[in-house]
Amino acid sequence: MALPLKTRFFFSETGDIARFTGRFFSHGIKPRYEITEFFRQCFIIGYKSLPLVSLTGFIIGLVLTMQLRPALMDYGVESQLPGMVGIAIVREIGPMLTALIFAGKIGSSIGAELGSMKVTEQIDAMEVSGTNPFKYLVVTRVVAATLMLPVLVVISDCIALYGSYLGVNIHSVTSFHLFFDQVFHRLAFGDVIPSISKTFFFGFAIGVIGCYKGYTSSKGTEGVGSAANAAVVVSSVLVFIIDLIAVQITDILGLN
Amino acid sequence: MIAEENISNKTIQQELGKPVITISNLCKSFVTNHVLKDFNLSLHKGENVVVLGRSGSGKSVLIKCIIGLLNPDKGTIEMFGKNIPELDHEELDRIRVKVGFLFQSNALYDSMTVKENLEFPLRRHWFETTQQKVDEMVMEALENVGLTHTINMMPEELSGGMRKRIALARTLILKPEIILYDEPTTGLDPITGKEISELMVEVQKKYQTSSLIISHDMNCVRLTADKIVVLIDGKCYAQGTFVELKKTQDPRVKQFFE
Ligand SMILES: Nc1ncnc2c1ncn2[C@@H]1O[C@H](COP(=O)(O)OP(=O)(O)OP(=O)(O)O)[C@@H](O)[C@H]1O
Ligand SMILES: [Mg+2]
Repeated sequence: MALPLKTRFFFSETGDIARFTGRFFSHGIKPRYEITEFFRQCFIIGYKSLPLVSLTGFIIGLVLTMQLRPALMDYGVESQLPGMVGIAIVREIGPMLTALIFAGKIGSSIGAELGSMKVTEQIDAMEVSGTNPFKYLVVTRVVAATLMLPVLVVISDCIALYGSYLGVNIHSVTSFHLFFDQVFHRLAFGDVIPSISKTFFFGFAIGVIGCYKGYTSSKGTEGVGSAANAAVVVSSVLVFIIDLIAVQITDILGLN
Repeated sequence: MIAEENISNKTIQQELGKPVITISNLCKSFVTNHVLKDFNLSLHKGENVVVLGRSGSGKSVLIKCIIGLLNPDKGTIEMFGKNIPELDHEELDRIRVKVGFLFQSNALYDSMTVKENLEFPLRRHWFETTQQKVDEMVMEALENVGLTHTINMMPEELSGGMRKRIALARTLILKPEIILYDEPTTGLDPITGKEISELMVEVQKKYQTSSLIISHDMNCVRLTADKIVVLIDGKCYAQGTFVELKKTQDPRVKQFFE
């Protein structure tokens, strides 16, 4: 039975990505480690995404609070607002929103950068200069993305909660201390750990897909554009899929 | 005709060197596109061999096979006594230190300055070099191509010819024993093209390098070639000195010299 062309393409692409990931591990564990380049990538990937991630985190915290408030008022449980917003942000909205922004910013830039290096033979040039381009370009970026996204998520969560605190204060007066007391009263260990853990996988997926699309992009400037585009689309979808799997796992482990 | 006399003298004097690259029965195809079919070539020490061929005839594929960027389907490429397609990464790196490669597209790292571009192969191949030594070598390489003032520029700020010269400087910085040039003068004005060709000859004399040059630029070929190999239909169709091939009656060879 012959599969339709698109289905076949899907499976061969999935296989290629799996092989690429395997190559990441086999190359990544062997020395020599590109430490300097790794830190440079951490700076680029982490530090430079900070303003964007902070801004979106702040806005979502503020807006979420303002949107939830009327509904909670109807039930007369307005005092639960900080706890509810805290749960929503820390468990789901913070990680997801940050990961999607990260996919848009970092996934596309990795895809475009490696794509243009590929088509202008810079990757080949590295190889003849005694450098393993896979280690130098791919491993460093993937590890940096995996480690930086969780950090960004934690920062974004904190800023979103601060935005929420300001949102509460638009209509009533709550002290900073009281607000965070209420937030952390609701938040348990079992909320925080799984939600931070899954962001490592988000970051890894975004890094791997961005690198895969760039590293294997075809000739021509068009190839670079579609590499960047595909990197964002595929990694965003993957973030949702990983999220779905993560919630099932936490459910089974009884952490919910 | 003085130049041509010089050339024939040169060939005689260099028949002595032993081969540094020997390619035999090299085959390479992409799916159904058979690019190289039983290609043979040898490059002797201190010799400049030019490969002539139409666009798309597989010249770039040939030198990418030599440096190990592409894996041939069949055949052997012996360089410094080792068969390149059989080597692993580390062995390849050990050979690549001694080989310079000038890319057709220059392949300058566009996220790095000119200085960082030149430092890259140095830092990568020689781990324990002091910064002072690196700086000296970068300056020397830039002086060779007459572009010391561009040291802190980004590649995008340079003209096409300047980029080619920086790429050449990067190729020469490790003082390679063998240099593979992929169209070193294409896209340059005749004067710069001539300067580059002269630089190539000068480098060859100064460091006793052997080079494989891919070019369609007849001025460059005339200035640099000790031997010319004509690549047609994936085979070594004809070979000889510039003078010999110029006199040939074969129309497929003749068209290059018109
Ligand atoms: N990576 C590749 N995948 C598939 N086909 C390729 C690849 N590289 C080269 N080819 C094919 O091999 C043939 C020879 O290409 P090559 O780049 O060697 O030409 P060339 O002789 O260097 O031409 P030019 O003078 O234009 O640079 C072309 O038909 C090209 O389509
Ligand atoms: Mg070519």
